[in-house]
Amino acid sequence: MSPTDARPYRALAATRFRALLQYRGAALGGLFTQTFFGLVRIMILAAFYRASAVVPPLPFEAAVAYVWLGQAVFLLFPWTVDPDIRMLVRSGNVAYELCRPLDLHTLWLVRTIAMRTAPVLLRLVPMMIIAFAVLPAVGLGEWRMPAPASAAAGALWLASFAGAVLLSSAMTVVIYAGLLWTVGGEGVPVLVGTLAVLAGGLIIPLPLFPDWAQPVLIALPFAGLLDLPARIYTGVLAPSGAAAALGHQLVWTGVLIVLGRWLLARQLHRIVVQGG
Amino acid sequence: MQIVVDGLVKLFHIAERAPGTWGALRGLVRRRRREVRALDGVSFQIAAGELVGYIGPNGAGKSTTVKTLAGILVPSQGRVEVMGRVPWKQRIDHVRDIGVVFGQRTQLWWDLPVVESFELLRHIYRVGAADHARVRDELIPLLDLGRLLDVPVRQLSLGQRMRCDLAASLLHAPPILFLDEPTIGLDAAAKLAVRDFIKRLNRDRGVTVILTTHDLDDVEALCSRVMVIAGGRILTDGPLAALREQVAGERWLTVDVDDASAGEVADPDATVLRREGHRVCLAFDPRRVSPSALIARITARHPVRDLLVENPPIETVVARLYQE
Repeated sequence: MSPTDARPYRALAATRFRALLQYRGAALGGLFTQTFFGLVRIMILAAFYRASAVVPPLPFEAAVAYVWLGQAVFLLFPWTVDPDIRMLVRSGNVAYELCRPLDLHTLWLVRTIAMRTAPVLLRLVPMMIIAFAVLPAVGLGEWRMPAPASAAAGALWLASFAGAVLLSSAMTVVIYAGLLWTVGGEGVPVLVGTLAVLAGGLIIPLPLFPDWAQPVLIALPFAGLLDLPARIYTGVLAPSGAAAALGHQLVWTGVLIVLGRWLLARQLHRIVVQGG
Repeated sequence: MQIVVDGLVKLFHIAERAPGTWGALRGLVRRRRREVRALDGVSFQIAAGELVGYIGPNGAGKSTTVKTLAGILVPSQGRVEVMGRVPWKQRIDHVRDIGVVFGQRTQLWWDLPVVESFELLRHIYRVGAADHARVRDELIPLLDLGRLLDVPVRQLSLGQRMRCDLAASLLHAPPILFLDEPTIGLDAAAKLAVRDFIKRLNRDRGVTVILTTHDLDDVEALCSRVMVIAGGRILTDGPLAALREQVAGERWLTVDVDDASAGEVADPDATVLRREGHRVCLAFDPRRVSPSALIARITARHPVRDLLVENPPIETVVARLYQE
């Protein structure tokens, strides 16, 4: 039994995951909303594609897949924070977390992984069924979710989805460290969240951004949340290029974990708990 | 010594701004910071197996001391060693050997049944399944938890929750237990249950207990040694009897009289603290006049409906101690 043994973290993540799976109402409501907005976004894209004078850099079918994938992993984006952790920070009770023989960064990271995975899985599966099977059945075949470009693309997409969960969670813990900076606890998540939604391709697929912006957008960590997995899925990025995409996610995850650990250690060091 | 605290100082910096719009604008440019000395040179030593009461008014530095001992606050100056470790430097090894209960908040998981919280704690403290079951099954009857195990924590009453929190803090069998106001807000029956448990824990298992409280009755029921802190300094440290002789030798007698004679209730051996309608509160020294003699004299002269003899509240005791 080494002190770095993963058992406590695994047990905590599993418990959190199970607890979150209970929120069926939220999942159902989210499913409905995100399907609706997925259709709206596809209609807007379709109008642009029809009116466009040049051939868009992303085939329409790939753009549709991009939108559906984006709607499915909507809650993966680091624009929401764990309300419990926010409360801990606001009330100054965050210090009590230190009463446990655990590493705080790892604890928050596994908590966040559970928080990101449970609702996404709850929605991803039914949304894919709707987008794959229900839409063609009701005569909206043009807007259906296409199958992955190949079996290899499908498998690599799964790997990159897992990579996106890790990346997003590492990013979220950096936000938590930012929460400790400002007592209000609103500014940092809003700032990072907005940036992530825009630069992650959740509003407009990244391939449709101007050429000059492409190198920057691809290099930023936000590309690993949705854009790279979507490119792999649709075959825009060939399986041979997928290794680089997975590497991008892993490197950024590593950087964000190091950054998060450093920030958290600094913040905890000067933390003040009111009391007496 | 199991716990050594030497010259502990903790400074808090509090940002201040002048009132009003002008003050707010000025605060944008220049922040004024005020320094608060929450602990101002606290020193004490505690041996294994002691049960120590730590009392003082709000803001005296009790919680700050406990948080420092628990490794969640880094002091500004001074030396602390708990079982040979510096809490905030060897935090993870340190917290494995201590149990902590904060009366104002629970360490259980709000939406889980109690028994699942216990199971999570087993994983967190990396306790083996057999050891966990043994300790848990010993604690269940002692704290009467049998019927609470499957209840989600949010549905427990405060007294039930406190019993579960006590069990949770002891599942990893720590040799030291910090209790920060464990009886706050509890009703009389729950207070008695908690006190009884703490006493047995200390007597039968030799667990060192440090108990902070506002309730002098907690201290009387449990502690052989009391430390009084106010303004960040330890004022007295010694057996309870010595503290009582020093400052709390006084008792209070409250009498309710039936007629308008409340204004005349008085006695040469007692001082009137206050009169409110039909109620009079007197202070007396039991070494000078026995409570029974005093009560007999007053009931002979006035139609007394009800009376109560009590210790002065902790705030009064400490306030007096602080003035000396």
